[in-house]
Amino acid sequence: MQAKAELPQGTLDLLILKIAALGPVHGYAIAQRLQQVSRDVVQVPQGSLYPALHRLENRGLLAADWKQTETGREAKFYRLTRKGRARLEEESASWRRLAEAVGLILALSEGGSQ
Amino acid sequence: MKWWQRLWRRGKLESDLEKELRFHLDQHAADLIARGASPEDARREARRALGGPEQVKDACRDARGTRWLEELAQDSRYTLRMLRQRPGFTAVALATLALGIGAATVMFTIVDGVLLKPLPYPDPDRLVLLQEQTDWSTRSGNLWGFAYPNFTDCRDAVHSLEMAAWRYSGGIVEQPGEPGYIDGLEVTANLFSIFGVAPYRGRAFLPEDDRPGAPPVAIVSYEMWHRRFAADPSALGRQIELNGNAYTIVGIAPRGFRVLDDRIDIFTPLAQDTAPFMQNRHNHSLRAIARLRPGATLAQARAELSLVGRRLAAQYPVANLGRTFIADPLRPPVEDVQGTLWLLLGAVALVLLIACANIAGLLLARAVSRERELAMRAALGAGRGRLIRQCLTESAVLAVAGGALGVLLAAAGLRPFLAFWPGDLPRAQEIAIDWRVLLFAVALSLGAGLLFGLAPALRVPAGGLARAIHAGARAVGGRARLHGAFVVSEVALAVVLLVSAGILGRTLLRLASLDPGLNVHNLLTARAALAPATLADPARIRTAWDDILDRARHIPGVQAAAIVDTVPLREGNNRIAYRTSAAPVPPDRQRIVSATCVTPDYLRVTGIPLRSGRFFTSHDRLGGEPVAVIDEVMAREAFGNENPIGKYVWIDLGADPRRVIGVVGHVRHWGAADDSASMVRAQLYYPLAQVPDNLLRRWSELMSIAVRTGSDPLAVVEPLRRAVRGTGGDQVIYEIRTMEDLFRGSLAMQRFLMLLFATFAALALLLASIGLYGVLAYVTNRRVPEFGVRVALGATSGDIMRLVLWQSLAMLAGGIGIGLAGALFAAHLLEKLVAGMRANEPATFGLMVAVLAAATLAASILPARRAAGVDPMQALRAE
Repeated sequence: MQAKAELPQGTLDLLILKIAALGPVHGYAIAQRLQQVSRDVVQVPQGSLYPALHRLENRGLLAADWKQTETGREAKFYRLTRKGRARLEEESASWRRLAEAVGLILALSEGGSQ
Repeated sequence: MKWWQRLWRRGKLESDLEKELRFHLDQHAADLIARGASPEDARREARRALGGPEQVKDACRDARGTRWLEELAQDSRYTLRMLRQRPGFTAVALATLALGIGAATVMFTIVDGVLLKPLPYPDPDRLVLLQEQTDWSTRSGNLWGFAYPNFTDCRDAVHSLEMAAWRYSGGIVEQPGEPGYIDGLEVTANLFSIFGVAPYRGRAFLPEDDRPGAPPVAIVSYEMWHRRFAADPSALGRQIELNGNAYTIVGIAPRGFRVLDDRIDIFTPLAQDTAPFMQNRHNHSLRAIARLRPGATLAQARAELSLVGRRLAAQYPVANLGRTFIADPLRPPVEDVQGTLWLLLGAVALVLLIACANIAGLLLARAVSRERELAMRAALGAGRGRLIRQCLTESAVLAVAGGALGVLLAAAGLRPFLAFWPGDLPRAQEIAIDWRVLLFAVALSLGAGLLFGLAPALRVPAGGLARAIHAGARAVGGRARLHGAFVVSEVALAVVLLVSAGILGRTLLRLASLDPGLNVHNLLTARAALAPATLADPARIRTAWDDILDRARHIPGVQAAAIVDTVPLREGNNRIAYRTSAAPVPPDRQRIVSATCVTPDYLRVTGIPLRSGRFFTSHDRLGGEPVAVIDEVMAREAFGNENPIGKYVWIDLGADPRRVIGVVGHVRHWGAADDSASMVRAQLYYPLAQVPDNLLRRWSELMSIAVRTGSDPLAVVEPLRRAVRGTGGDQVIYEIRTMEDLFRGSLAMQRFLMLLFATFAALALLLASIGLYGVLAYVTNRRVPEFGVRVALGATSGDIMRLVLWQSLAMLAGGIGIGLAGALFAAHLLEKLVAGMRANEPATFGLMVAVLAAATLAASILPARRAAGVDPMQALRAE
């Protein structure tokens, strides 16, 4: 079985923002979706999910409402605010640049300069 | 939601959080059940995946950012509960702190008002003091007041400054009201505008007032307006008669207005004065200040002034050679009290430190007994930071409460303390508790809290919780050392204060027993002023003084009366140069003597002993041979071992030399303490009857009358007042003082400091004893099992007692050692600051250390006896 990757520092916030961007979603669903979308590669420590959600809410990047789920229970749904969207775009751009740069470096052929 | 909203709606947030997490767990469990898990397994798995709901909740609370405030409130509530549970400890700690912080706040308020606050005029940093400076010095230095012609030349030539000047005048006001003496200034027209103040009523002087021959006008002080005019607005435009001249009142100065701390009752235009000194470049009697004009700098002003200085030196070489003009930022005239104030602030700081050490000791003892509790809480998941914060909260709550009490104490005690201050404290009217003082008190309280809270807080167990829980009762060594450190520092600080108080007391005793050189009992002095009309004519002046003396002598109870210009032990002196040969002496090598002008009965009045020769008689008059009487100090200084009688001295009072006809005892003119250290100790007397006519008016403006009485000198005040008043009813006496009073006053500062230091030292002694007692009681208590073992192994109760006493002796010895070093330093400081002090007082040092040792050993007897009474069986069973 493939080892599950640790989530790099600071990326949890980015992933939460991304998922919330797809539409209002409650905490459990975020955890589920993170696991599914990453094909179980990313192990989200559920213990840190809720503090992260509350932190983002307090900073005004997320807003929350209590709504009914399909099963009829009340759950706290998070959605992206305008400020959150701006942050998401900014962060994903910088993440892509970083990933690209790391990819370039890793693509260097070994054993001599070009 | 803002953070304070989050704080406010904490309950709602908590229930929301609970609901949200329950939803998560239920949902997860439901999913697992759907995949075939048993409900029990599913619930367990869901909880496991979330990772402990309480921890998650805690982390979410952290995310709110209001955590610290909630905990602060919680800690404060907890602290208040703890303090209520131990009222004795709380009362002692609060009282100690309130005293310490109160005293420090009072002293800081005074230091702030007197030394730190800027001058009470608008834009005080633009004000400068102007002086003349010579490149040669006399005995009193090389700085001079301004001569009026120099002032006007500077004023016209220096563009970066707006200059003002004044000269002390004052005199007798005859109308309206009772005749009396008032302080006055002759000022340039712009003085008020340069200080930046407007008159309370009426107008300031105009440039046209400040001219020779202009109509005489005056501005009176707000206080005099109340005193003499009953605050009647129609006083403006009325006449006031000062020294026989009528002035029209054009303005009333603002309430409390002072010219560099001098309280002045009347202001008149300077240039209206037609006296010859106004044209004399040699008469340096003006004080000058200036305000920098907008945009100008002090450097520019200095450059311009020195340019003028060079020009005038070339133009008037006789008066101005080597003379220039300097400008310095204007500062409050507080040099005299500066040292004393800092000294007292230092002393109260020591008291506060002792108080802090004491409370730290108490808190520490408690912290150690709470160690198990803290360890338990740490084991239950409280972070170390959290526990430290809690301990600090406790000390902060104590400190803030003590500080608040201290500020109340300071507010109540400030005025009584100032009233207790000997003599006039400069700028006393500017001393007030304001926001600066409150800020200081808050900072001081928190600082104190940190100081006494840190040691107990750092004792919070870091790691090895289990060990802390287990170890409990045993490990005593380290704690005793920390405790010991507090006791040692308390003892050391107490030694410093005790020794300071001791040598101040010794000094006071020594000074008070000094012979002032005259009989201070039953001797009354008062300044006397003749009527202005009398002063115009020398013959009338002489008659007036004779009449006054004649009438004074006939007052029942008066044995003798004399006229004298400078009364011993009182402010005022006349220092002049003297020579013992006709050849001139350069200014820096001149010998100086304080000269006193007297009438023949002066010795009978004062009781100064005649050593040889004779004193003056009524036959020593103008036209006869000029004579002088000198004191022992001058006899030695001027003539060595030769007999001074019949020798001649030259002084600047008439061209002829004076023949010495007698030698009298030395008088401590400068005060019991200051006389030995004063620059000029030699004394010379000359008869009033031989003052030349041209000087007589000036001399007579500054005369005093002294009378010897048979009994209480204050009983003759009213008869004397009537006797001096004379037929015209226009001669007055003022500044009435008994010589006893003056003598006591000359030691007032020493007595004041001694009383304060004695109070501080007593407080320090008490605190150090309590501290030592507390620590010993605590440590001994912890060692009970050990004592039990010792007794079981054959130690006697005497052995145990010695053991405890040795421990206290060791702490004492450490404290005394450090304290003595500090005390030596303090003693040298006192020697510099307090006249007549001697730092080298081994006996006093020894005595004070003995007092301290006795007090603290007494405090350790009780714990030692308790230790000695330990029952081994009980002690071991308690284990």
